[in-house]
Amino acid sequence: MLDRPTLTAKQINDELLWPVLTVPRRWIALVLLTGAFVAAGVTAGASFIIFGLGVTGLNRPVFWGFMIVNFVFWVGISHAGTMISSILRLSQAEWRRPVTRAAETMTVFALMTSLLHPVIHAGRPWRIAYWVFGYDFWRGIWPNVRSPLVWDPAAIITYLTGSILFVYTALIPDLANIRDRTTGWQQRIYGVLSLGWRGTPRQWKFQGIAGILLSAIILPVFVSVHSIVSWDFAVSIVPAWHASIFAPYFVLGAVHSGVAAVILLMALMRWIYKMDHYIWEEHFDNIGRLLIAVATAWFFALWLDITFALYSGETQEVAVMELRIFTFPYNVLVVIFLLTAFFIPVPLWLSRRVRRNIPLMVWTAILVNIGMWLERFLIIVPGLSSKQPQTFMWNFYSPSLAEAAIVLGSFGLVGFLLLLFSKVFPLVPVWEQKEGQVFKTEITIGNARVPAILREEASSQVW
Amino acid sequence: MAMRKRSVLGVFGTAEAAAHATSQLREAGFAAQDYDILTGTPYPEGAFGEHDPGHKLFIFPLIGAVVGFSIAVLFTVGTQLSYPLVSGGKPIIAVPAMSMILYEGTMLGALTFTFLGVIFESRLPRLKLDPYDTRITEGAIGVIVSVEENRLGVAEGVFRRVGAENIVREGQSSSQTGR
Repeated sequence: MLDRPTLTAKQINDELLWPVLTVPRRWIALVLLTGAFVAAGVTAGASFIIFGLGVTGLNRPVFWGFMIVNFVFWVGISHAGTMISSILRLSQAEWRRPVTRAAETMTVFALMTSLLHPVIHAGRPWRIAYWVFGYDFWRGIWPNVRSPLVWDPAAIITYLTGSILFVYTALIPDLANIRDRTTGWQQRIYGVLSLGWRGTPRQWKFQGIAGILLSAIILPVFVSVHSIVSWDFAVSIVPAWHASIFAPYFVLGAVHSGVAAVILLMALMRWIYKMDHYIWEEHFDNIGRLLIAVATAWFFALWLDITFALYSGETQEVAVMELRIFTFPYNVLVVIFLLTAFFIPVPLWLSRRVRRNIPLMVWTAILVNIGMWLERFLIIVPGLSSKQPQTFMWNFYSPSLAEAAIVLGSFGLVGFLLLLFSKVFPLVPVWEQKEGQVFKTEITIGNARVPAILREEASSQVW
Repeated sequence: MAMRKRSVLGVFGTAEAAAHATSQLREAGFAAQDYDILTGTPYPEGAFGEHDPGHKLFIFPLIGAVVGFSIAVLFTVGTQLSYPLVSGGKPIIAVPAMSMILYEGTMLGALTFTFLGVIFESRLPRLKLDPYDTRITEGAIGVIVSVEENRLGVAEGVFRRVGAENIVREGQSSSQTGR
């Protein structure tokens, strides 16, 4: 039970809308920093286009490198929004209120960033248009809908569209709030974006139903997206990729890295925008507990992936596992991956004191994401590096500086977009915070006065 | 000939005062459809004695799903027939491989139509806010009465009697222009 402080509507407006209505100093510093990363990424991306894919370390037989690793990583991060927002909204978990929008927004920007990677990786980005438009105008042919490389954009575009609609729907009342606090052209723009919202009981009713209905519809999409990303690998005949466990393994991994990223986001919101009244140690505690369960389920799937490969006794499967686990430099990366993604953070999260220690939670979240990035690298690169009967030459994949710059730029881009978003829209749903205050109460049980939240049976109104 | 309806807004500091105002409006002969409540945050249903709006929102995702599925069928079947390339000895119309696109198309349709349904059922977009008071998004409660012009005075009288902090007639929303 969260014992929330009592805040007036005006105080909530003032505290949550100040990043939109003023320019925080830390915001400027971070925009410049992330902007520099983006510039580095754009320069590297331009070198791909100007000089061709020769600037990368890709060579036979490894044709999927950092770009695809990073693509899978960012799709994974995007799973945070739906996990946090939809599941907590459907279960009406009270502590969801301050974190939902930031997590949903991260979903949108992580997906946009992930989509850039296959485009850059293709070397001729303009040729990718047929994935989007469904028709290759240059070659005059339709895409092959039997290929997982076409399923992938279909799933991601569905998820991206749903996520944008999800964010926008919950944003409408807050846009009206900003409309009421601004003047001139800003008021006109927010007025148009808020669609003339006035806050009638009818509008609030459908706002509540929208949250539940969109959550319920987007959840299966969330599961399908990373399943389909995993089928980019699993539908192939590459040894160690061709595994039926890949879909749940990828989905769990995505949730693991995504929810860990939400910890970083919450800590940054506290640090940049001083949102201590809204994001408390209890939130980190709750997410820490959630992560223990997710990480353990993910680790089980990882274990099954390795076990199934070895249990099959197939020479090539075993060879890939041997290369991945015992051969330098992958063996060193495997140790780092296991320590950072599981063996260091999970035992730490078992302690309540750690879960409520924000700097420690931030470090464990960073470790998890280092580990999960390495996990994708260790799936993709050793899988392709392995010697196979029909491969006539081998090269060791060593990523180039340009590829590393794009990875760095992708982190900068997500941060940069989130910062821009937070300058224009509130990262914490203002109306949901006020709703929490309206429904807040206290009940007496025996001699104890217990803080409580009233709850309407909103879900029963959907059907 | 029926007179044109006009609106007047009473602004109250607390939910209790606004609820009292609506009960007084009913006593003064105003029907539930004659007034509406404006708030900056959701309140429990019926807090102001408002009538429960019926809706058909659940139809929207179903229609969307059917539309999305149909477009996905057209796209997958159409593209495979337009470029009939046999791969792996499989049939040209490969249903298992199409199922991913069919699924995503169905869900995309359901999501999009749900959003449109929410906007439609919320009676948005609304081009005119008037009469409005920006204090509503700062915690005040607005009670807006829309009736024939000759009854506006009665509503204003009720608002004054129950202690409205501000009364705004249509066309007089000075505080509508933000701060």
